[in-house]
Amino acid sequence: MDLDAKIPEGPIADKWTRHIDEIRLVGPRNRPHYRVIIVGSGLAGASAASSMAAMGYKVDCFCFQDSPRRAHSIAAQGGINAAKNYRNDGDSVHRLFYDTQKGGDYRSREANVWRLAQLSTAIIDQAAAQGVPFAREYGGMLANRSFGGVLVERTFYCRGETGQQLLLGANSALAKEIAAGHVNMHTRTELLDVVVVDGRARGIVVRDLVTGAISSHAADAVVLASGGYTNVFNLSTNARGCNVTATWRAHKRGAGFANPCYVQIHPTAIPAAGEHQSKLTLMSESLRNDGRIWVPKKANDERKPSEIPEEERYYYLEERYPRFGNLVPRDVASRNAKDVCDKGMGVGPTGQGVYLDFRDAISEKGADVIETRYGNLFDMYERIASDNPRKTPMRIYPAPHYAMGGLWVDYNLMTTMPGLFAIGEANFSDHGANRLGASSMMQCLADGYFVIPITIGDYLSRHPAGEIASDHSAFRDAEREVHEKTERLLSIPGNRPVEAFHRELGKLMIDECGISRNAEGLKDALKKIPELRERFWREVRVPGSGEQFNQSLEHAGRLADFLEFAELMCHDALDRDESCGCHFREEHETEDGETLRNDEDFAFVSVWEHQGVGQQPIRHKEPLEFEALPLAQRNYKT
Amino acid sequence: MKFTLEIWRQENGEDAGSFSSHEVDDVSPDTSFLEMLDILNEKLTESGGEPIAFDSDCREGICGMCSLVINGEAHGPKRATTTCQLYMRHFPDGASITVEPWRSGAFPVVRDLAVDRSAFDRIMRAGGYVTVHSGPKPDPNDVPVNPEISEKALDASTCIGCGACVAACPNGAAMLYTAAKVSHLSLLPQGQPERQERVQKMVAQMEEEGFGSCRNYGECEAQCPKSISIDFIGHMNRELLRATVIEPTDLRGEMKTQ
Amino acid sequence: MSRIAKYYGSIIGKKAVVAVTGLMLLGFLILHSIGNLKGFLPPNSAGEPDIDVYAHFLTVMGEPLLPDMVALWAIRIILIIALILHVVTVSKLAAHNRRARPVAYRNHKHVAATLPARWMFVTGGIILTFLVIHLLQFTTGTLDPTPIVYGCVYSNLYYAFQQWWILLFYVGALSMVGLHVFHGAWSAFQTLGVDNPDRNRKLRGFALGTAAFLVLGFLSLPTLMYLDVMKHPNAYGESCVLSDGRSE
Repeated sequence: MDLDAKIPEGPIADKWTRHIDEIRLVGPRNRPHYRVIIVGSGLAGASAASSMAAMGYKVDCFCFQDSPRRAHSIAAQGGINAAKNYRNDGDSVHRLFYDTQKGGDYRSREANVWRLAQLSTAIIDQAAAQGVPFAREYGGMLANRSFGGVLVERTFYCRGETGQQLLLGANSALAKEIAAGHVNMHTRTELLDVVVVDGRARGIVVRDLVTGAISSHAADAVVLASGGYTNVFNLSTNARGCNVTATWRAHKRGAGFANPCYVQIHPTAIPAAGEHQSKLTLMSESLRNDGRIWVPKKANDERKPSEIPEEERYYYLEERYPRFGNLVPRDVASRNAKDVCDKGMGVGPTGQGVYLDFRDAISEKGADVIETRYGNLFDMYERIASDNPRKTPMRIYPAPHYAMGGLWVDYNLMTTMPGLFAIGEANFSDHGANRLGASSMMQCLADGYFVIPITIGDYLSRHPAGEIASDHSAFRDAEREVHEKTERLLSIPGNRPVEAFHRELGKLMIDECGISRNAEGLKDALKKIPELRERFWREVRVPGSGEQFNQSLEHAGRLADFLEFAELMCHDALDRDESCGCHFREEHETEDGETLRNDEDFAFVSVWEHQGVGQQPIRHKEPLEFEALPLAQRNYKT
Repeated sequence: MKFTLEIWRQENGEDAGSFSSHEVDDVSPDTSFLEMLDILNEKLTESGGEPIAFDSDCREGICGMCSLVINGEAHGPKRATTTCQLYMRHFPDGASITVEPWRSGAFPVVRDLAVDRSAFDRIMRAGGYVTVHSGPKPDPNDVPVNPEISEKALDASTCIGCGACVAACPNGAAMLYTAAKVSHLSLLPQGQPERQERVQKMVAQMEEEGFGSCRNYGECEAQCPKSISIDFIGHMNRELLRATVIEPTDLRGEMKTQ
Repeated sequence: MSRIAKYYGSIIGKKAVVAVTGLMLLGFLILHSIGNLKGFLPPNSAGEPDIDVYAHFLTVMGEPLLPDMVALWAIRIILIIALILHVVTVSKLAAHNRRARPVAYRNHKHVAATLPARWMFVTGGIILTFLVIHLLQFTTGTLDPTPIVYGCVYSNLYYAFQQWWILLFYVGALSMVGLHVFHGAWSAFQTLGVDNPDRNRKLRGFALGTAAFLVLGFLSLPTLMYLDVMKHPNAYGESCVLSDGRSE
């Protein structure tokens, strides 16, 4: 597997501009001859599709939702970082680079991270020009807030729905291109295979979710913007439909999968209430700016929070991390919550919860100020948990939230399979072992608006347009395989619903490959996953037919892929015999219970090559080099 | 808790469809409405039946995918709430609940409770954008925006495009949706250059899709999960009047002396 | 003109026409009810009831510039056109709206819509029927269960509203007018984009006030005539004393 990241030469600050200077481009008159497929219509997909279409490429964009506007980027609440330094508090591209690199625990590629920081400011300009109503101050200037784990205020936001507003911006640009006929939008259409001819990606096979029709689409390049795989845990903050199918099928066809074990666990979600819960709802991390996190000092304390006196409250983050307090990075906050709950101090009916208390913030800053900042989040909490956080503390617990791992890509965002690109959460590149808060949208939009529209030209310009059409035999073969798989799923004579298997997989994964992991548990999981997969293929019942709108069939297909992917994730978690970022191996912790990195042996990206379902995959390495920022042990204590 | 559900079943767009009755038992009050349907679907699957098709995705009230008319109300009896954030504790134990899809000529049924809302996307495509390409842009602070106006634009663009306004309106009008989209951009400086054209095109598309007209019932606002104000409908009416009747259309025409 | 036609081509433009014509008709109703209140004023020096004098004035309005009846007919024609536009446009919109909701809900719950808002069509239909009867009775005199004499407005009203069933009919019809105006007078401003959160209270107050004023203004004279609080027409001099004996 060729893992040349094609990082441009020169000092880190000049790499991107130099790359643009030197890269091969496709001229405006040639662009309409090239057809590009984009899978996914979230921030990355919509921004890429609209940007490339506006440049003149013919774009086909696919999403499984009924409208491109519903992609799960819409649910991002908190905000988006940009090194604008509007607050004059010492922010700079370098500092954002530093924070991202440090947040990722030195497991990301420096050149990509720098480019991300560099492009961050342009994203804000672009979004504002599209009419995204960012929060403004009284003088009409853009407002900022601070966000977990950094020392500057650089986060731009639209109340608690920054994701929706940014996505509506990107989608309005997409809508314009669709109207102009430059983008062919396929809604309620799901990718089921990537078609490869002579080692290059040439198109995809999709299923129309309404009619069940399976069809082929050929293109000169395929861009996956299909999001992350966090639903492998079943209960996560992701939308129900989020899935690994696109990236997994691409992986099975030859694209290397990087760092699958890196999954961010978000510290502030509403705890699960029961077995049939379908979703964990995130409460914006911004709540940690004013809320104080605590648990009762006494284990199994059943008193109401209001009855627990101050001296019997354990403000564990403030005590353990005096400098950052409640604003420690996400993984630290999550692990500490699990730690206190494992010690029996957890609250709520399941004992899997900690308090996030606004009592002090309300008395210090006034109810009005807190209401303006978090009113809608409080309402949201009240609606779900039927408790009023203005009066009684919220209960929160970590929830799987974001996948840092994904398809391996080079500096041009191309995977190991020529012609196949991955952008946004679907790739691995910028967040290392953990993602800094308010950086996901930044990466999606940087990739979509500013990187891929240019870098894709480097690939396209090397190949003539329209080499292969969708009547090529490779498409027929892929279609047949898809048909066969669908038929197989529909003909299993079982009687258990798909959801039951998803719950089982989720439980297994959160226990063995979740907030903390160990070799024994992972080995156990690697035994259990194939068993579960086998039972799934024997006992599941997928009602209905393949020629209709069939949600059970959709879910079954996605779960079938998760059941294969879960194994890879555990392989990676087992293989990475160190702790870093969100990947916490219990064997490797500092005396204070912190992640203990092993830079000597693990300063690399793990890139996995598929060897067949159930077979041990091969791990390749992309060594990480640290030129701009020397390696340092992360320390949020002092 | 125990419920009797009267659910609309319809094989596909051509099928006539009818109500069918289902019982669910042992539902915890903390179960969401959609989770209750999940439980019912699992039971149907186990017992050899066909699960009920309904749309949902984020299940946190922002994607706008869920879409049920519950006991005659879009998104059910709780105000300012999407179906996915409706909990069974909002219903009395033993209640009989009628569940129907959005009913609108412009939203054909796909299957059971799922409908096709692509009409909304076509309204957006008619003009719900600012024409800008990706690339260097002026700094947003070069164009200060009164925060009250910016917030008002956000009040409008907070619309999640679920279609509850259409479902709730006795006339099946999409005025609130279209108005929210029109108002968002017409309030902001970035939306000014295309302002007149935008409202005319979007309203024309709205009509072409077959949505009804506004009779100022206010049902849309009341059943909107984001409580978007009918103020925006007035705003759009004003915008259309100005664009069609008041503002000059021939900006660069010739003039002669008398 | 083509711009107006284009505007009328859209459903929002049609609504605006309904609003403007509605406001014109409302303006007429307000003037009409104020005119009726003249029934309470004392007679002139010739002993003629003030309302009869006013009725005569309407016929000669615009003199000497315009011949008799011209101004009156001009206003009548404008009102007739407004009414036709109002009714025709509403019917067009109603047909459009029926297509927009081809399948009804099993039981559609109304969360915000007030009864007057939902009954606009019913109240409008009743008002239209009432209007025809009212014109046949007091303008053309075609329907005359009680004596009708041209120019004798006060006595025409007085004799008519001695009958309890005529009074009841007018009470019923004017309640419909009240309900129609209660929603319509606010709705028109919303349709025209005049309403906003700043003015909303005032505009809704205006609609409620106008509706109440119309109902009370129109019904006060007939009711007081029925209750014999008002003077008998014979008390007003000779001109309108009826000779055929039906007056008693």
